[in-house]
Amino acid sequence: MVERIQPGDVIHPGKPSTVGRYGPLARLNHWVTAASLILLALSGLALFTPSLYWLTGLFGGGQNTRALHPWIGVLLFVSFFIFFFQLWRANLPQRVDWVWLSKIKDVVGGHEERLPELGKYNAGQKFIFWSMAGLILVLIVSGVLIWEQYFADYVDIPVRRIAVITHSIAAVLAICVFILHVYAGIWTRGTLRAMTRGDVTAGWAWRHHRKWLRDIAAQKRVDPAE
Amino acid sequence: MSGSTTYQSPRTAVSNPPVTPVAAGFGEADLIRRSATSDLPPPQRQLTPVAKLIDVSKCIGCKACQSACIEWNDTKPDIGSNHGIYDNPRDLTENMFTLMRFTEWVNPETDNLEWLIRKDGCMHCSDPGCLRACPAPGAIVQYTNGIVDFIHENCIGCGYCVKGCPFNIPRISKADHRSYKCTLCSDRVAVGQGPACAKACPTQAIVFGTKEDMKRHAEGRIADLKSRGYANAGLYDPPGVGGTHVMYVLHHNDKPNIYAGLPENPRISPIVQTWKGVTKYVGLAAMGFLAAGSLIHGVFARPNRVTEEDDEHGERLVEGKPVPPPKPETYPDGGERA
Repeated sequence: MVERIQPGDVIHPGKPSTVGRYGPLARLNHWVTAASLILLALSGLALFTPSLYWLTGLFGGGQNTRALHPWIGVLLFVSFFIFFFQLWRANLPQRVDWVWLSKIKDVVGGHEERLPELGKYNAGQKFIFWSMAGLILVLIVSGVLIWEQYFADYVDIPVRRIAVITHSIAAVLAICVFILHVYAGIWTRGTLRAMTRGDVTAGWAWRHHRKWLRDIAAQKRVDPAE
Repeated sequence: MSGSTTYQSPRTAVSNPPVTPVAAGFGEADLIRRSATSDLPPPQRQLTPVAKLIDVSKCIGCKACQSACIEWNDTKPDIGSNHGIYDNPRDLTENMFTLMRFTEWVNPETDNLEWLIRKDGCMHCSDPGCLRACPAPGAIVQYTNGIVDFIHENCIGCGYCVKGCPFNIPRISKADHRSYKCTLCSDRVAVGQGPACAKACPTQAIVFGTKEDMKRHAEGRIADLKSRGYANAGLYDPPGVGGTHVMYVLHHNDKPNIYAGLPENPRISPIVQTWKGVTKYVGLAAMGFLAAGSLIHGVFARPNRVTEEDDEHGERLVEGKPVPPPKPETYPDGGERA
């Protein structure tokens, strides 16, 4: 069953009133994930195409890029999956997600009034969540298989060939999902503060995740400190 | 005429070096391919293609070639241990660029035991898979005479060359994280000398010269082998990699596999070709398209802003005041409100 409200999703009355979405540790972890994904994309693209090889300069040359990339991958894997286990129950698919997806034109057009009321996550966010989870799993497995320094002696060359092309395709897809994720957060104004300050305004919650806000309000989950 | 244009490729490995210093006869201006480099200027001259010919039927397994290779390249292979086989070391390493591989094979037609000895090492493919796979500009180069060389200062140790090679040749050093293999003694060839292994071979099983000469020499050897009953004797110069600049005369050219797994029809793996080809272009296009699309949408589409009405309803809801009722499809699962 989908987790509708997560620990920490509480109302902070004020002007304007805000609703908590992510605690400080979750946010810190998210930025570790974000930073490592960006570094992985830069170092990976440097080895993906000669036209971007100059990006190795950011890491102190080709040898350092080759040495660092897998370790950053391990960091991303760990930090993402800590995040994953905090969020997965709230990201289980529901029937309302199909209604939302069938109205994707209204989503992109910003016609929020034509969309169903939603819980903490919409189908787009759930898509980002699950596709990243799957892609990062594929990336860590294929990445270990082609980690020359430590695993070359244990993996047959034909397997390494399959792993390297799988790694490239999964990385391209992960970068595409990342672009979607960042753009959605910027285009939907008022979203970024959920990952900086940890909360959103009540108006934002009413507009985008009304069912979530109604659930929290109905439970009278108000920050006890206020 | 300048000194470099008068360079003549060596036509043999047996001649002794001149006593006066000789300048390198070819270099960077003679590259026909350079890894991860699309704007390589075309070479101004064509060097005579060279080749090493290894006549397996003449090899006595003395390993003088291995010793000469170690000595010339100044590598220091670890002292190995006896595993009950003649192969020593057991495999190519970053310090052992060439290796005699011994196979005991019973010929089903004659029931004779045949001791097959193949000197393994880089084949210097005309279409080198290692170079195709390499992501580091200039780490792998190919000269117009056919020599494929690793430029270690540009190597990053990623191991992509290992995936690209159809012959399983490159080895990555655990010490300096750079890839190593036979250079065809490019430094010797550049000063008119043949490779060290060919120079040292006591039976002339390894010979060196222009590729044309080597093919002609092989023809004679094959005719001789056929006259001795080896009906399938032939030249191993696999077309799948565009031919090679290290060739074998095999007494059983119909089954190269019996020579310690010499591939029957080597070619760059289609997976590697797809990875380095369509994956790269489609991938870059997809990422570029999405980034550009986001940018255009960001500039031309209205941002999704919270309205004053949203703010008002949100505030009323958290204060417990009446707000518009849920839309009908809000709880389609039929679940109760929390």
